[in-house]
Amino acid sequence: MARIVGIDLGTTNSLVAYVDEATRLPRIIPDAEGRPLLPSVVAFTPDGIVVGDAARRQLARRPADTVYSVKRLMGRGFEDVKDEARYLPFRILPGEGLVKLAVGGREVTPPEVSAAILKALKERAERHFGEPVEKAVVTVPAYFNDAQRQATKDAGRIAGLDVVRIVNEPTAASLAYGLHRLSQGIIAVYDLGGGTFDVSILRVKDGVFEVLATNGDTHLGGDDFDRVLALWLLEDIAVRHHAELDRDCVDLARDPEAMQELRLAAEAAKIRLSAEERTTLTIPFAGFTYRREITRAELERLVEPLVARTLGPARRALADAGMTAADIDQVVLVGGSTRVPLVRRRVQELFGTPPHSQLNPDEVVALGAAVQAHILAGGITDMLLLDVTPLSLGIESLGGIVNVLIPRNTTIPTSAREMFTTSVDGQTLVDLHVVQGERELAKDCRSLGRFELRIEPMPAGMPKIEVTCLIDANGILQVTAKEQRSGKAASIEVKPTYGLGEADVARMIEESFTYAEADVETRMLIEARNEADTVLVHAGRALTQGAQLVSSDERTAIETAVAALRAARDSDDRDRIHEATTAVNRATEHLAEVLMDAALKGALGSRRATEILGGP
Amino acid sequence: MWHLVLGLISGLGIEWTGPFDGPVVFLGRRALRKNFFEVFGLPRKLAIDLAELQRRFYALAREHHPDFHQSAPPEERVRVEQTSALVNAAYRTLRDPVARVDYLVRLEEGRETREGDPSKPMAPPALLQEMFEIQEALAEAKTGDLDEAARATLAQQRATLCARLADEEARLTGPLSVRWDNASPAERPTALAAFKQALATRAYLRTVIDDLAEALGEETSGAHRRH
Repeated sequence: MARIVGIDLGTTNSLVAYVDEATRLPRIIPDAEGRPLLPSVVAFTPDGIVVGDAARRQLARRPADTVYSVKRLMGRGFEDVKDEARYLPFRILPGEGLVKLAVGGREVTPPEVSAAILKALKERAERHFGEPVEKAVVTVPAYFNDAQRQATKDAGRIAGLDVVRIVNEPTAASLAYGLHRLSQGIIAVYDLGGGTFDVSILRVKDGVFEVLATNGDTHLGGDDFDRVLALWLLEDIAVRHHAELDRDCVDLARDPEAMQELRLAAEAAKIRLSAEERTTLTIPFAGFTYRREITRAELERLVEPLVARTLGPARRALADAGMTAADIDQVVLVGGSTRVPLVRRRVQELFGTPPHSQLNPDEVVALGAAVQAHILAGGITDMLLLDVTPLSLGIESLGGIVNVLIPRNTTIPTSAREMFTTSVDGQTLVDLHVVQGERELAKDCRSLGRFELRIEPMPAGMPKIEVTCLIDANGILQVTAKEQRSGKAASIEVKPTYGLGEADVARMIEESFTYAEADVETRMLIEARNEADTVLVHAGRALTQGAQLVSSDERTAIETAVAALRAARDSDDRDRIHEATTAVNRATEHLAEVLMDAALKGALGSRRATEILGGP
Repeated sequence: MWHLVLGLISGLGIEWTGPFDGPVVFLGRRALRKNFFEVFGLPRKLAIDLAELQRRFYALAREHHPDFHQSAPPEERVRVEQTSALVNAAYRTLRDPVARVDYLVRLEEGRETREGDPSKPMAPPALLQEMFEIQEALAEAKTGDLDEAARATLAQQRATLCARLADEEARLTGPLSVRWDNASPAERPTALAAFKQALATRAYLRTVIDDLAEALGEETSGAHRRH
């Protein structure tokens, strides 16, 4: 069978992995520079699409055209995301059905953005193997509904990848642990990533990984931690720097670039606070530099309510598995956000046992996806994954009540049949509304789609239409229908509520060639320009703030270098831009140090600014 | 233009045929319509050794899971998926002692659907008086806010009903199941009737307990939804 890779398509970072034939162990495929993680950031530039680190670096400079955390938008409608959209620097268009973004002067859907990430990973794998890679196992949060799974599969198709299996992230993680014989018995996987939270309870026995129950929140993760911290900082800035803000008539909350800087600084501080008790944030804004110390305790107070939100789903998963915390043999932590000490404490309190994280929580899902890919390719025959559907599947009936066909936590594949008839003589169309969720009324559940059955005209009540709903091993719904009395197959038309039709996907595959990813040369040129822009902004700020701190000779030298870089920046000569950038960096090195030291003086004692800030 | 309404076969709600009536499935090479007991090669008895059931489930799951048939032709993969779905449904039903009884009753009556479902909620005759009071209290709770005393009463009633539910399930899966397994063909109708009575009581209790939980503003088990 052809090679199948395993892909973790994450909110913050994505990875691709494979199982090495020689060692029979899964490995992450790094990029050309040896970096395992691909930031899940996609920039839409006039020169083409840029993905990963290069895109991430221009988040603060081109906020309106740089998409991050697109996973949170997958398979969702405008109504679902409009609260969050206020905080996103790129535009989300109001409308029916699947949400659309306006970036880089055109409209794109979340599957297209995800496709750009998948394409970059596909190319990474192809470079590694020196041959085309066409099949992949892609992971999704266990609590993803049908629309979100379908959107992920569509993203694969747009990227030219056949997604042979969608695997739940916590389950993939358990496979990676299982391969290392690190887990047996009843396992709880607590997976808190950048944007989503899952908890799964599994029984691991004799090579069978049987998921007993799963629960979660597809809108809860590290992004939310960053946001509460950033908003808190924003208030603090308003108090401390109201003089400068008033003077310059600046409203930071309405400045996407400033907000993005704030978000990135908040994220960096959060990460540092997992290892340190206190850290200092320094954010240079136009007109002033914001600096403050923040302690882990302060961060914990802010994120405590978010961490608490994970405990309810964890308890429900335990209850659905028919277990109590005492039955859990091991707790496994997955996802970058489980590095936050408060999360670890709360998990330990809930399950009453110290959680495990021997395998890197950023990589374990991709490693597990590679294991599942290897199983599908026939390379592993002694491991079997039995997963469940996370949400109850039902059909809306009279009065808007949901009739559950397949209850949540049913092992997949699974199928259920339902009989329907008509209520009007000669009726030729029967409309089925399929929903997913745990609420009694269809309007409170997630609408998956409408299925229109066309049948031969008959007297009311005569037709016997058998509808079969099958949830396959991907957790994706397939509906088939048959009219039994006439013996004719009823034709069925699917109208996904938050999905793409066949025609949409075909068009997007076309477009993905039109708006191809910038080629390597262009990409490097864009990167060079991005870097030049960043350096120019910093040099400009440094000059305004610290002109009086250095000699006039030094000032002149900086101004000359800056002018040279401005000229070089607009050329197509990448080497020239690089050289000019380096020249400005060198020219401003001393000024930057002087400025930092002046800013931090007193507060930090004898340590030098660069030590604390980790370089220029 | 026709008015597009969902028609109802039973007249009571959308008829649910559930996973109980498996499609024509293929186990091995022969086309067989197997009941859940037959899927696992078990006699039609309610006493099941769960460890053995799990062992057989894992063996069948390994044999029929789509993961191991990726390179099979499409029609073969469809059959594998259906078989896998049947095995999963059979295990889910038989591992739960109450669902096992519910399934057995259906099987014995040769019913493919839930029409004439024995588990249609039915108040236990011994509890009619209490049920009347509870329904009254619930109706009251719906009209206004609950005061502390009313809450305490509802919580107390719920505790009583939960205990009663546990008793009913214990009876169903304990003595009644033993009685069925040991019944001669002549005794079976009586044993079956006892099951139906107990299942109906159980369904009723679960609904009322859910109503009470809802009135108390707590999470419900979803007994109102037709599982």
